Order: sequence, then C-alpha cells, then structure tokens
Amino acid sequence: MKALFNTRELVLALILIVGIAAISLYQPAFLSWGNVGDMLTETSVLFMMALAQMVVILTRGIDLSVAANLALSGMMAALVSQYYPETPLVLMILTGVLCGLVLGLINGALIAFLGIPPIVMTLGTLAVFRGMIIIIAGGDQVNASEMSAAFQVFPKRVFLGLTSPVWIAIAVSILFWIFLNFTRAGRGLYAVGGNPVAARYCGIDQRKQELLAYSISGAVAGLCGYLWVSRYGVAYSEIASGYELTVIAACVIGGVSIGGGIGTVPGTLLGALFLGIVMTALPVMQISPFWQMAISGAVILAAVVINARAERRPDKLILPEARRLRRV
Amino acid sequence: MTMSEPVASEDRYTVLDAPPRRWRDVLMRWEVILVILLALTIIVNTIASPYFLDVFNLADATFNFSEKAIIALAMALLILVREIDLSVAAIVALAAMGVGYAAEAGFGPVSLFATGIGIGLLCGVFNGMLVSYFSLPSIVVTIGTMSLFRGLTQVILGDQAKTKYPPEFLDLGQSYFIKMKETGISWLFIPPVPLSFLIFLALAVLFGLILHRTAVGRQLFAMGSNPVAARFSGIPVAKLRFILFVVSGLLSGLAAVLLVARLGSVRSNIGVGWELDIVTMVILGGVSIAGGVGSILGVVLAVLVLGLLTFGMSLNNIPGQVVSVYIGALLIAVIAIPRIVERIRLRGTR
Repeated sequence: MKALFNTRELVLALILIVGIAAISLYQPAFLSWGNVGDMLTETSVLFMMALAQMVVILTRGIDLSVAANLALSGMMAALVSQYYPETPLVLMILTGVLCGLVLGLINGALIAFLGIPPIVMTLGTLAVFRGMIIIIAGGDQVNASEMSAAFQVFPKRVFLGLTSPVWIAIAVSILFWIFLNFTRAGRGLYAVGGNPVAARYCGIDQRKQELLAYSISGAVAGLCGYLWVSRYGVAYSEIASGYELTVIAACVIGGVSIGGGIGTVPGTLLGALFLGIVMTALPVMQISPFWQMAISGAVILAAVVINARAERRPDKLILPEARRLRRV
Repeated sequence: MTMSEPVASEDRYTVLDAPPRRWRDVLMRWEVILVILLALTIIVNTIASPYFLDVFNLADATFNFSEKAIIALAMALLILVREIDLSVAAIVALAAMGVGYAAEAGFGPVSLFATGIGIGLLCGVFNGMLVSYFSLPSIVVTIGTMSLFRGLTQVILGDQAKTKYPPEFLDLGQSYFIKMKETGISWLFIPPVPLSFLIFLALAVLFGLILHRTAVGRQLFAMGSNPVAARFSGIPVAKLRFILFVVSGLLSGLAAVLLVARLGSVRSNIGVGWELDIVTMVILGGVSIAGGVGSILGVVLAVLVLGLLTFGMSLNNIPGQVVSVYIGALLIAVIAIPRIVERIRLRGTR
C-alpha cells in the first residue's frame, strides 16, 4: 500500500516536472528565481488551506466554510489593525488565527456532538460567516490606507530569498507532516476515516477527532485570512469567494480520497502546486486567463479518473456498488 | 440425508403491522414543521410590511426563486439517492451562453428553448457517464465539471455579454403567463402567474407523482437507503443514477433559458453560487444527505419558505448578505433542533 501511494505522488511530480520543463522551453523566464518566488508566494495560502482541508476530508468530512472563515478572520485582523494600529503584529495575526479557530470549533462541535452532516453544517456556516462580515464591518471595506504599516509590510518581507508567507507555508507543512505521521491524534484521523468501526474498537474517540480536524481547518483558515488581507491590502465580504472549491480541487488532484482515510502531505502539496502553476503559467504562455478554470476542471476530472483506476483492485467485479461503498 | 428444520425463529420472518399513527408522529413530521415555518414567515412579514400581502408583489417575488426551484426538484432526487450535483450552476451558465449565441444567429423562442435544454442534457449525460459508468464519487466529479463547464463559458464568452433576444422570447420571461382576472368577488380571482413559477408547479406535481406514486419512486428510496441491497433486488442502480444526472442537466438547461428570458443578458458569471442555494433548498426541504429520506412536498414548502423569507427581508431593506446569515442559521437550526430534542428525550428514558 505504501508503495502505491509513493508511486502516485511520483507520477504527479513527474507530470509537474515535464510541464514545467515544457513551459520553460517556451518561455525561459518562467524558471527565473523571481518568477518562482512569486509563484510560491501566490500559492502559499493554497498550500496551507489544502493541507487543512485534507485533515477534514481524512475523517470523511468536508469543510465548505473555509473561504468564508478566511474572509471573516481576515476582516477581524484588519479591523484590529484599523482601530488599534499600535497593537503588536503578533497579536494581530493571533486575532485572525483565534477567530478562525473559534469558527472552526463551532463547526466541529455541532458536527461531532450533534451528528449534523458536515456538508450541511459547513454550507450553513458558509452563508453565516460571509454575512457576519457585512454585519461586523457595517457594510464597509477596510482599505490598505486604513491598515497599519507593520500589518501590510510583513507578507512582503523577504528572508533568504523567499517571502514570509512561503516560510510560513513551509513551517506549517512540516508541522502537518509531523502531526499526521508521528502523533497519536494524527494517526487517529486516518483511523477514523479509514474505518470508523475499527477505530471505535481501538478506543479512538471519533467525536474528539472530528472536533480536532475542524478546529485545525478553522485555525489555518484564520491564519490565511490575515495573509490574504495583508497581501492584497483590502478586506471586504467577497474576498476568496468560491475559494473553498479550489482548495478541495487541490486535495483531489493530490490524491486525497473523498471517502476518507487516504491522503498524504506531499501529495496534497503537489496538488496545490499544480493549480498554482496552472494559474501562473497561463499569463507567461500568453494564454488568456479565461482558460484557467476550464483547465483546472479538466485536470480535476483526469485526477479523479486516474486515482480511481489506481485504487481498483484486481478482484472479480460482480457489484460495482460494493466497491463504491468501501471507498465512499 | 434428511432436511433439517430451519433454525431461525419464526418471529424473525414475521413482518409486523405498521404501528398505529400517533399525534406526536404527525406533528413531528418535517412537512408540518415547514408549514409552521411558512405560516410564521407570512405572518411576521405581513406585520413588518404592508406591501407583503399583495398579489402582484408576491407574483413578482416568485421570479427570483422559480429557476433555482426547478433545479432543486432534480437535486432532491439526487440527494435522495446519496448523490449530489454541484455543477448545476455551471450548466446554467453554459446553456445560457448557448442560448445567447443562438439568439444572435436569429433563432426563434422555441428553438432557443430547445438549444438551452439540449446543452443542459448533454452536460447531464457527461456527468452521468462519469458517475455511473466509472463509478466515481459524484461530489468530486461535479466539482470538476463545475470548473470545466464554467471555464468553457469563460473561454468562449470572455468578458462580453450577449444581449440580443427576440422580443417575444423576452416577453415569456418578463411578463405574467397567466394574467390577473377579477371575477367580481373581491377575494375570488385568478392570480397573475409567471411562466417560470407555473413550470415549477407543474414539474413539482410530476416529480411528486413519480417519487411517491410509482415503482420507480420506490426504487429511488431503496437506492438511497441501501444501494447494495437495491442492486441485489434487481434495481438498475447505475442506470437510474445516470438518468437522474441527465434530468438534473436537463432542468438546469430549462432554468437557464427562463433566466436568460428574464434577464435579457448573459455574462460568464451568470448564476454563480446557485449550487449552494439549491442544495440549501433541498436540505431544508427535509431530504436527508445520508439518503433514503425526503419528499417533494417538503422541497416545495422549503422553496416557498426561503423565497418568501428573502422577499420579505428585501421589502424591509435588509441587505442580501445579511439575509444569507438568517438563511444559513435557519438551515443549521432546523437540522440541529430536532437532534437536540431527540437527545434530551433519550436522556430521559435512560
């Protein structure tokens, strides 16, 4: 099994390398340090959001409220910066993270302890969070001129050739990798998603695991909310609208099974990188940006078909539904 | 060798009669809760605004939700059998674009309807093939086709808008299909009805009859409750699933035509975010996301609750996104409260 996962990521990595090679043959500037740095900075939020979404999908859940959470947490951080510009930067970032964490806990608590289906719960909170932005900000937006200087400068700061969002994404990725591979709670997430009944017999509390997964998803969305708002210099109710589906797409391309229990940190990162490259390569290739969505759609479909073939076992196929059930 | 006696006890194979109906069961039915919600919505809105209970205002309010409601009927059947179609809004966009180009080429109203419905149908066939014959999870497939269909619309349409339509086509979408008729008695009259709402009502009756009165309807419930058992019972699960996705595409195409006729303009962002509104309608209508539970009556009631709630709030100048807070909270509350009640009741008996 382990070998199978490794090859799948290897295939994705190979496709990426071939793609990058083809693009840079056509346009050598694509591989310049400046462009690669820009692309990583642009994709850093997607890296983190995809990892957090993977944690939720591992438990057989889904979090559709992440983009709305990002926008609301970003707005909270921006409001702190607007009205209390003297606040240390760490506290402003912490505001975003805490706000996201609380929103994630609300999702997690109702899903885990009341058994509300995740898709229903997060669909509801998606609408609620977006509307809350209008309510708390009184319908206004926070512009760059109203944010404090420290708030805005941080994501543009360069350290050892990479911007701070990229470094944060690297740190978060390493933390996720350690958490998912070497901690009891992290392995529990795989167990709960892979086989809830067996996990229960092993003494793993499914509700605690779910609460944990949605809290992580919320906190990461909060952190990304700060990064998004400070980088683009504006906070309003529509930022990152529809981004939740991009995040899920990154997971799917990266080989995370929507049926739970399957997914790795490197795979998800590659999936996010794939989308990041598609988005940044099109302008370089002088292809209309209108192609972006169609291409990512085609890639998602290709990834699902390929992943399903990889999961297909050589046993005799009497009842497709039975296999479907095992996976879903 | 002698035949051994069957070991299983007899009562295992005895099918008990349905338990007698009790008042509490009737009152706890989802449709009853929705009727109460609908009544509350109407009462509160009537008190809040004198313009709410006006026949013409109410008829105009139906314009805003009928197209989504038409798609919600197909979505209800999909969710009932544990599937979902998140690409409906993208199909609306692609079909609407087709209608836009066809109108520019000089098509008449009938061929415009055929164009939109045809494109929707093809998109539905594509979804259905991927889900049914590759046996892929529909949520992932339709997230993919959502990007693909919407992306194609963006590629072809770019940043332009299609705004040329024959007047008789626009008339279908913008005027009342059934005109207001007084009979002389003040409370007895034929209300004005827009075409889209009329189509929604007709389809709701059709879907209700199919789901609740035919063998196919029972098969859908069986598929939703237990797909494997349904397959072993000889129900053509894959075929039915395929047909449902085709129906979903077809109705999305129909909704697209009605939407274009109403708006008179098509851009690539037409109908963005509709899929979530439609799923909200279906879930509020009491269709279980886990499959096997739901009714068309519930979906129709939920459509009316959401539509009138939105209309009433807009009459009172509440901004759209604040309305969505109430709708999101309503969705969660309506799902959560019965579970909390159940939990408290179970605690009492333990």
